[in-house]
Amino acid sequence: MLKYANPTLFLGLVSRVWPWLAGLSALALAIGLWGAFFSAPPDYQQGQTVRIMYIHVPAAWLSMFCYAAMTASALGTLVWRHPLADAAQKAAAPIGAVFTFICLVTGSLWGKPMWGTWWVWDARLTSVLILFVIYLGLIALWRTIEDPSRAARAAAILTLVGVVNLPIIKFSVDWWNTLHQPASVFRLGGPTIAPSMLWPLLVMALAFTLIFTTLHLLATRNEILRRRVRRLSIQAAAAGHAPEAPAHRLTPTRVSS
Amino acid sequence: MKRTGPLAALFLREIRVARRIGGGGAMGVMFFLALVTIVPFAVGPDLNLLSRIGPAILWIAALLATLLGLDRLFQADHEDGSLDLLLSADTPLELVVLVKCLAHWTATGLPLVVAAPLFGFMLAQEPAAMAALAVSLLVGTPALAMIGAIGAALTVTLRRGGLLMAILILPLAIPILIFGVSAASAATSATTPFVTPFLILCALSLAALALAPFAAAAALRHMSE
Repeated sequence: MLKYANPTLFLGLVSRVWPWLAGLSALALAIGLWGAFFSAPPDYQQGQTVRIMYIHVPAAWLSMFCYAAMTASALGTLVWRHPLADAAQKAAAPIGAVFTFICLVTGSLWGKPMWGTWWVWDARLTSVLILFVIYLGLIALWRTIEDPSRAARAAAILTLVGVVNLPIIKFSVDWWNTLHQPASVFRLGGPTIAPSMLWPLLVMALAFTLIFTTLHLLATRNEILRRRVRRLSIQAAAAGHAPEAPAHRLTPTRVSS
Repeated sequence: MKRTGPLAALFLREIRVARRIGGGGAMGVMFFLALVTIVPFAVGPDLNLLSRIGPAILWIAALLATLLGLDRLFQADHEDGSLDLLLSADTPLELVVLVKCLAHWTATGLPLVVAAPLFGFMLAQEPAAMAALAVSLLVGTPALAMIGAIGAALTVTLRRGGLLMAILILPLAIPILIFGVSAASAATSATTPFVTPFLILCALSLAALALAPFAAAAALRHMSE
C-alpha cells in the first residue's frame, strides 16, 4: 500500500482503478436515488419533503469526511513533507467546499417547509457555514501563494487549526438547544430511523463516498500532472533565457554532434 | 546600559515601534470612534435600539480594530530581515510570537478596553452593561490578537496579505465574538447569566494564548524558508 505514495506509481494506480470507481459510484447512486424517490415511504409528519434528507445528510457527512481527509493529508505534508500529501490536500478543498455548499442549500430548501424559514442562526447551521468559509479561505490561500510546497505547508497549518470546528459541528446538536434535530443514525443505542428509510440513506452515503473518492483521486492526479507541467515550463524558461544552460537537455533527439 | 532579557527587550522594541509608526493606541481608538460614529447613521439614532445592539457594535469594532495593522505584525520584520534574526535566535520562536502579540495587544487592544466605556455612553449603555462590556473586551481581545497572529504568520510573505488574512481568521474568531457579545449583553438582560458565557470566553482566551503561538511559529518557520 505504501508504495503508492510514489507519485508515478500512484498515477498508474489511478488510471487503473478510476473507471471501476466511477462505475460503482454511478451504480450506487442509481440504487440510492431509486430507493430515495420510489422505495422509501413518505414521512408521517414531513410527507414528501423528507426525501431531501437523502441528499442533505450524505452531503453533510461528506463535508466533514472530506475535511478529515484533508487533515490527514495536512499531517502528511507537515510531518513527512510528502508531495502526494500536498496534492491530495489541495485537491480535496474544492470538493469539500462543494459538498458543504450542497448540504447548506438542501438544508435551506428543507428548512423552508419544515421550520418556516430558509435560515436560522442556530449552532449546527452556523458551524457548517463556518466550515464552508474555512474551505473558501483554504482555496484562497492555495491560490495566493505561488510556490506550491510553501502553499501546501501554509494550507496544512490552517487546516489543522480549523479542525477544531469538526467536533463543534458533530456535537452542536447535543451541546445547544437547536432547531436542527439531533443525530439519528450514528448514536449510542442504534439508529432511531425506520429501516425502510435507513437503507436508501446508507446507500446514498456510500454513493457520495464513492463519488468523493473518484473525484478526489482524479483531482489529485490532475494536480500532480499540473505540477509536472509547471516544473517543465520553468526548466524550459530557464533554458530559453539563460545562454549557459545546455539546450540539448530539452531536445535530446536533435543533438547530433 | 541596563541589560534586559531578550523577550523584555523585544516587548519594549515592539511598543516603541508601535508608538512611532501609526501613533500606537491612538490610531486604533480613532478607528473605533469612527466606527461607532457611523453606526447611528446607518441604523438610525433610536436610543432603545442602540442600547440593545451596542455591545455587538462595540465588539465588531474591536474585532476590526484588532485586524488593523495585524498584517504588519510579522511582515515588517520579514522585509527588514529582523525576522531571520528572530528565527535563528536561541529564544524559542513560540515565546517571540507570544511577546509580539502581547505587545500588539498592549498597543491596540488595551486602549480599546479603556476607551470602551466612553463609547458606551454614545450608544446609550447602562453603567452595568458598560462594566460587563469592558471586562469582556479585556478578556476577549487577547484571543483575537493570538488568532490573528496565525493569519499574519501564514500571509507573511504575501505583499497584499491583509485581505486574505481577514478571510482566514474571521471564521476562527466567531466563537470569541459569540461569547463576548453574550457576556456583554447578559449584564442588562434578566434571563441569561453573565458568568457562564464569561467563563467560556476566559477559557477560549487561555486556550488561544496557549496554543496559537505554536501554530503561528510553525507557520513562520515554514513560510520563511
